[in-house]
Amino acid sequence: MKPLSRIAAVAGMALVGGISSAFAGDTFDAVKERGEVICGVHTGLYGFGAPDEKGNWTGLDIDMCRAVADAVFGDATKVKYVPLSAQARLTALQSGEVDILSRNTTWTLSRDTANGLNFTVTTYYDGQGFMVKKDLDLKSALELEGATICVQTGTTTEVNLADYFRANNMKFTPVTIEKYEEVTAAYLSGRCDAITSDASQLAAIRANDTPDPADHVILPEIISKEPLAPAVRHGDDQWFDIVRWSIFATMEAEEKGVTSANVEEAKKSTDPTVQRLVGATPGMGANLGLDEAWAFNIIKQVGNYGEIYERNVGMDSKLELPRGLNAMWTKGGLMYSPAFR
Amino acid sequence: MASTPPSAATPRGNQPKVVWWNDRRYRAILYQVLVLGGVFLLGWYLVNNTLTNLASRDIATGLGFLEREAGFDVSESPIEYSPADTYFRVLVVGVLNTLKVSIIGIILATIIGVIAGVARLSSNWLIAKFATFYVEGLRNVPVLLQLFFWYSLITEGLPSPRQAFNPITGVFLSNRGFGIPVPDWGGTMTAMLVALAAGILAAWGIARWARRRQEQTGQIFPSFRIGLALIIGLPLLAWLIGGAPTAMDAPELKGFNFQGGATLSPEFAALLIGLVFYTGTYIAEIVRGGILAVSHGQTEAGLALGLRKSLVMRLILLPQALRVIIPPLTSQYLNLTKNSSLAVAIGYPDLVSVANTSINQTGQAIEGVAIIMLVYLTVSLSISAFMNWYNRRIELKGGR
Repeated sequence: MKPLSRIAAVAGMALVGGISSAFAGDTFDAVKERGEVICGVHTGLYGFGAPDEKGNWTGLDIDMCRAVADAVFGDATKVKYVPLSAQARLTALQSGEVDILSRNTTWTLSRDTANGLNFTVTTYYDGQGFMVKKDLDLKSALELEGATICVQTGTTTEVNLADYFRANNMKFTPVTIEKYEEVTAAYLSGRCDAITSDASQLAAIRANDTPDPADHVILPEIISKEPLAPAVRHGDDQWFDIVRWSIFATMEAEEKGVTSANVEEAKKSTDPTVQRLVGATPGMGANLGLDEAWAFNIIKQVGNYGEIYERNVGMDSKLELPRGLNAMWTKGGLMYSPAFR
Repeated sequence: MASTPPSAATPRGNQPKVVWWNDRRYRAILYQVLVLGGVFLLGWYLVNNTLTNLASRDIATGLGFLEREAGFDVSESPIEYSPADTYFRVLVVGVLNTLKVSIIGIILATIIGVIAGVARLSSNWLIAKFATFYVEGLRNVPVLLQLFFWYSLITEGLPSPRQAFNPITGVFLSNRGFGIPVPDWGGTMTAMLVALAAGILAAWGIARWARRRQEQTGQIFPSFRIGLALIIGLPLLAWLIGGAPTAMDAPELKGFNFQGGATLSPEFAALLIGLVFYTGTYIAEIVRGGILAVSHGQTEAGLALGLRKSLVMRLILLPQALRVIIPPLTSQYLNLTKNSSLAVAIGYPDLVSVANTSINQTGQAIEGVAIIMLVYLTVSLSISAFMNWYNRRIELKGGR
């Protein structure tokens, strides 16, 4: 949203000659030769991608990068994190600066096509919601008629907000501020009755920025679809397969009850799917061009999807987000891995 | 070097003929053509390369997006606006909001600046020190921080709408802004505005005539009092003729917010206060410098003629100081206008704010940024042109 960085991006576009298309099929070889995966991540979004007190990157998006590093090298630490702003993220992937973009990025048709990306797997089903102070005693976003609503400029949040109120024939006053911190401050000062953003971000604001999280409620209405997914460059199918199956492996592990704690025993499992997953029955790794222990290493070092979720955004974290749509399909959610065979 | 007349290098009589590329005149032209050509080539390369890259990345270009539906709302607008309107209209809203804060800001900053500038020269110790404290304090803090300060002062310091301050009936002060009642008088209001305009015009005419008469005959006409009477009296007359209506549209707490009346939003207030006090410090220094530039002999001569101190300031010092003040003052007006683009930081929907959102929705950054630059350039050049016209009017005729 900063005009300067936009101009810089435009100027960059003006100076760099044509776009190189020499990436096709080369990413995997380049990564192996380099010895690490370069991962584009958020500059700091608690639960998804942010450095912790010790300076280690943590978050759901981060763990997806670690899973890929495990699959390729058998070592989750072989990742280099590149923090990217919202404007720079797509260009960074297109230009080959990063191998994976795992940065809270919504999967949309235009990004998948016109921007030259391929989205791999939705790792978090998010959606725009509203947060209000508890003492307003609201039960639904439909009671927000005439309210003042704080919103951050840019992204599609502003349009979703206006669409929702138009669709329900209600009026509102937006207070549109550039920086996330200032938007939060304006909401907390009482300038606005409600704040709107992606539900996961509202949970982060409630957990980290409010004096008492119990004073704020996130209303049940979700007014937009924001499936967040890691993306790779369009046209490199081998790398695309490795990234997407690394993520699927975490989901399949959760479905089959394989965790970082019991993965050693799982090698002796009688379930043929589990045997193929952990490499006791060889074949899956070879198909991807990886070591047969690829998925074993992911589960051992990073964990299954459920562990990743609970640790970063679920009940074991400050965000305390319920699984909701992000539960396994067997538990009424949308997380579903294709078959491991 | 460059001022050497070309004739000096012209071969005379039977002097040996110089080849053209050794001739200074032709060389000068050749270099200029080369530099100009180089600049054009570079410009063409950048434009062409950008267009090629945009096309190969399937990024749309052109101004077609201006006719599409914007789809987002803005918090305040001088004209009717809804999310169903076009991008063009929302940009117009942004321009009007920028102009609104700039024009009011320039007027208020000038008033505060002149007062503070004169106060710094005051012989009253307290007033002079207070003005110095104001100028030195606010001039040395970045304006963005000042905006954050004023904004959080308003939003954190004032109560919520339900506990709003209510100093006078119908006036509400809360962190949603300042709500005041507005007259709801229908056609009488229009008639009063026309009468007000007529009053101002008449007062100006009388002042002009009175000054000319004083220059010719030396007689003083009380033009200020008569003018003031006209400006107040004519709208009052229109109000009486209209049946002396008293209906007021007062703000009222309905649901979440105040409805009705007129509201000054916290964003606008914070931006205006921040810009006015910040720019006021610079104007104060310019005014002080301008007054000091007038020789002290002028003051002494005025006092010797028996003029009061305030009259010396108004009749002798300020008119002469204006000639020094106006050119740097123009820069401050331009600065205030351009600094208003910081509005996006505190949520006032100025041009930059709405254009940024438009860019984000359409992805057409180059067009959006070009529109922003074009508007600021137009506004700045207009201010410059007006101030230069005014400067020419007050400068010494036939001087230099």
